[in-house]
Amino acid sequence: MQSAKEREKLGRERLQRIMETCRSVEQRSLDPFVINVTENLNNLREFLQDWKLPDDLALDAETVNCLASVVRLQSEWVKHRSTTLYADPFLLEEKLRTISKEKVVRIFLRAWDPAVELEQISLHSIAEAIRYWQSLLPFNERWQQTSPGEVRAGSATREELLRDRILRDIAFSEELENFWQTLKETVADKGHEGKIRYWDFVGAETYEETVERAFMTSFLVTYGYATLEVRPLEEEIFIKPNGKPVPLAGKKQLVSIPIAVSVEDWTKWKRGELQ
Amino acid sequence: MSKRKGYYASKVKRATHMLFFKRHTKPGVKGWELRKTLGSDYPKVLKILDDYLKGLDLQVKTVFEEERHVENPSLEQLDKARFLITLRGELTPKEAKMIGWRIDDLAGLSIAISYIVSKKGQAPRKEVEDLLRDKLPGWKVGLNVDRYVRHGYLMQDENEQLYLDWRTRAEVDQKALIDLLLGTEAKPSS
Repeated sequence: MQSAKEREKLGRERLQRIMETCRSVEQRSLDPFVINVTENLNNLREFLQDWKLPDDLALDAETVNCLASVVRLQSEWVKHRSTTLYADPFLLEEKLRTISKEKVVRIFLRAWDPAVELEQISLHSIAEAIRYWQSLLPFNERWQQTSPGEVRAGSATREELLRDRILRDIAFSEELENFWQTLKETVADKGHEGKIRYWDFVGAETYEETVERAFMTSFLVTYGYATLEVRPLEEEIFIKPNGKPVPLAGKKQLVSIPIAVSVEDWTKWKRGELQ
Repeated sequence: MSKRKGYYASKVKRATHMLFFKRHTKPGVKGWELRKTLGSDYPKVLKILDDYLKGLDLQVKTVFEEERHVENPSLEQLDKARFLITLRGELTPKEAKMIGWRIDDLAGLSIAISYIVSKKGQAPRKEVEDLLRDKLPGWKVGLNVDRYVRHGYLMQDENEQLYLDWRTRAEVDQKALIDLLLGTEAKPSS
């Protein structure tokens, strides 16, 4: 006769095994029908009455979630097989191995319409280049040797380093967390539907402060503390604080969104002309 | 009548400038950009341009966000789509070589794309590389896959899974490629 402890241990191991199989099917895009979902659900049901600890119940829920993913994959698999794009991977792989390179290329060229793209220089960029060239100092002036003055070693206090902005008063991560709190409070006060217009958040009394806020905002987005919502058609940008930092390294490709924070834009915003 | 012709002629010129010359990292222009410059009748302007390009063996291609061809697209779907100029007909292997693609590279690209399509649009990089090693020298395989990723034909995630990227969707008729590959007679091994 199995003791309750042994049974629980056995159950945990079985659940872990089910999850591992589900994950390997998902990650290696194997045939999802190799998993017998009904049988695995029966296994879960068999052990459900033994779970007393929240951790065990969480493990059970996670396993159900993994099996649900497999069911989703099975549905996609059936859909894919019924589309016109379906080709048996083994048959195709066999074909690819036996056809000569030249034949593969001839076939590919029949299905390939390469895009036409021309690199060009515009009148505007020529004018920019001329302006740059005219303002550029001669080479010998730019590389003039300056004799370094004699430097004497001395000591500085922490306060002096803070004043000269060599050291920061608080760690950057702490500063970022504080700024995140500020964003959440501002959204709660002035925002709408959990977000706020970009300029309404970064805009400040002075231009210097605005740039600093824009700089910190970019880190909030990069580190997953907030999300940018860009509406290209309306030309509007919103910033939305996340409840907790969301790691951005996922399947989605990350993109950079350049936002100009010029003096002109800041002046317009101050006058209420920029949203 | 001539006034109307002139109206469209100038718009077709603007559209040509926008579509042929590279404005962003990716070639082509989004629908909303065309609408902003050409006005709301930009689909008609593109149709005229496409008819004109027929004689030059080029075409205006629409790549929808949904990854699949849309039969009767709405204005919103068109606004989000990417428009670009592509070849209408076929290149010969010699011509392909002249635009910077060696036969080896093209064969590798074709194999990688068709294998990923057969695997429902996702395949581990290792499997693709193993298959490529059959036809390409080992040292070239990794470099070639990197090149396909760099050019936008394939995309790779942090788990080293390969997916089809925007350029494959824009330039390659995936169904035709698979049908042609499956329909071809394999060379009997000697």
